[in-house]
Amino acid sequence: MAQMTMIQAITDALRIELKNDENVLVFGEDVGQNGGVFRATEGLQKEFGEDRVFDTPLAESGIMGLAVGLSTQGFRPVPEIQFFGFVYEAMDAISGQAARMRFRSGGTKNAPITIRSPFGGGVHTPELHADSLEGLVAQQPGLKVVIPSSPYDAKGLLISSIRDNDPVVFLEHMKLYRSFREEVPEEEYTLELGKAAVKREGKDITFVSYGAMVHSALKAADELEKEGISAEVIDLRTVSPIDYETILASVKKTNRAVVIQEAQRQAGVAANVVSEIQERAILHLEAPVLRVTAPDTVYPFTAAEEVWLPNHQDIMDKAKQAINF
Amino acid sequence: MKNALENIEKEFEVVQILNEEGEIVNEAEMPDLSDDQLKELMRRMVYTRVLDQRSIALNRQGRLGFYAPTAGQEASQLGSQFAMEKEDFLLPAYRDVPQLIWHGLPLTKAFLFSRGHYVGNQMPEGVNALSPQIIIGAQIIQAAGVALGMKKRGQKTIALTYTGDGGASQGDFYEGMNFAGAYKAPAVFVVQNNHFAISVPVEKQSAAKTVAQKAVAAGIPGVRVDGMDVLAVYKAVRDARDRAVNGEGPSLVETVTYRYGPHTLAGDDPTRYRSEDLDNEWAKKDPLIRFRKYLENKGLWSEEEENKVIDQAKEEIKAAIKEADGVDKQKVTDLISIMYEELPANLQEQMEEYQAKESK
Repeated sequence: MAQMTMIQAITDALRIELKNDENVLVFGEDVGQNGGVFRATEGLQKEFGEDRVFDTPLAESGIMGLAVGLSTQGFRPVPEIQFFGFVYEAMDAISGQAARMRFRSGGTKNAPITIRSPFGGGVHTPELHADSLEGLVAQQPGLKVVIPSSPYDAKGLLISSIRDNDPVVFLEHMKLYRSFREEVPEEEYTLELGKAAVKREGKDITFVSYGAMVHSALKAADELEKEGISAEVIDLRTVSPIDYETILASVKKTNRAVVIQEAQRQAGVAANVVSEIQERAILHLEAPVLRVTAPDTVYPFTAAEEVWLPNHQDIMDKAKQAINF
Repeated sequence: MKNALENIEKEFEVVQILNEEGEIVNEAEMPDLSDDQLKELMRRMVYTRVLDQRSIALNRQGRLGFYAPTAGQEASQLGSQFAMEKEDFLLPAYRDVPQLIWHGLPLTKAFLFSRGHYVGNQMPEGVNALSPQIIIGAQIIQAAGVALGMKKRGQKTIALTYTGDGGASQGDFYEGMNFAGAYKAPAVFVVQNNHFAISVPVEKQSAAKTVAQKAVAAGIPGVRVDGMDVLAVYKAVRDARDRAVNGEGPSLVETVTYRYGPHTLAGDDPTRYRSEDLDNEWAKKDPLIRFRKYLENKGLWSEEEENKVIDQAKEEIKAAIKEADGVDKQKVTDLISIMYEELPANLQEQMEEYQAKESK
């Protein structure tokens, strides 16, 4: 075991997979000699060579097209999009192409691609770096969308993503890259995709969250505990497909739920979670399922992040609203 | 600046080997093809012209679906594909079904593709190709990836991809060429300039006088050939292939050609944007006429042989359509089963729902 930050756990997972499978290729803008703008690929080119870990021209669509082409030749590409706000440049290559490869070839070809990309607010980035756009890719059949919230999860989920024989979008929250350390096993291990985790047990209300909001939900739960409210915190870990089994088991126990996302109310995946709960567990509900989200504006100017991003206080308020319904 | 533009244009003059009369006008460029290969090229062009005529008729009868006519482009399509080896990887656009067929896709599957059946997209083992690409430009960036993969595997093969004159305006067109250039990957990009992107003439796509010169932006060789001249097309693509497998990187080949029919059979009417004069002018350049003359002069082709090809084509087309008719209808459960290697929970649930529905 070692104490690792999330970024170290990610590098570790990449190193393990580069070593395990000679078909794994890591590429993107500045991921080679530079080791990535966040050091996620630090040392990998030196260890595995330029043939395995390499820089690309500055063109996101080209990078994803490259990944699709390489996958037809039996490679297992792990491309990086420097910031997920730049995904618009590569939307066709991801959603229009990679996601559909198995289907459009009638099951004769596949695209075992893992797209790594940082996102998320609270670190004062310039425009279109922090936007939460997981909702866009979560709507595309053929993709899986994974968002870890801890070093341990990041490593196990990234190894699983790389080994998955279908395309996975692996979104890394920038605020979580180095915000805390956690015990992470040094050897390889996997975590099943599409499986949520109960990060805190509780009996009065269920918080469903992902990404940085998991930590806000945990903080809110700690605060509520002092007021005698016991909140169960679920970390989705995979936002497409969503693990409804875990959510429903929790909701059937607590009878109340709040879904929490950093994305705007009209974006993200919270609305999906709410619909599934109401379709499958309405008779277990004591209150409507409420959402904590960002307002429906464009992602804020840097200096406005603090007033804009949802936080633990917003979660506590919504929880009380549900409880006092 | 003006001089620079003129100098660039001079670098991209049309290369022709066979003129409209079927005469060799550029002996130095003459490709090394045996008599049998020359006849095979003619056979394929005639066959494909029949396939186009029959496909249009079958579409009108409602026995085919999406169809993008190919008549006029036989030299461009088949001359370029003839330069490929079986191990090469083909990334066609929506009009490039003939190349796929000659690269190994059974006719029945080509018809199923037209109708919209997943079996039409299942390439047989050993046919190195993707299905026709509908998103104009996507095949270009993918070709860069296929080619880089081949280079990494140390293969002596190429990725060959096609787009049209309109496609050369897409960002992915530039990115694909530029990536392949930066990685010195064995890709050959063919732009079939048939002068119209649906109704928009090529002059409205770009102020560049040729498409071939767009190669300059990627720092790769480009060549502009008479796309109605099967020998010129074959030679240019074969040269590009030779360079690619020798590790010299990608090339761009522009074939100057014409489609005699509409853009697609989904309601496009070319009389709205093309003059009869223009159609007549290009009819004289027909790739079949000039190659037929050339072969006849060499004593390699006869009316009898041509009729044999036509009959064979008609017969095979008839059999393939019949075979396509016999393929099982698609079920939702089929579509679900080809989404992922392992079905996620939502699809497992929907699979059960549709299994119940389908068993009623």
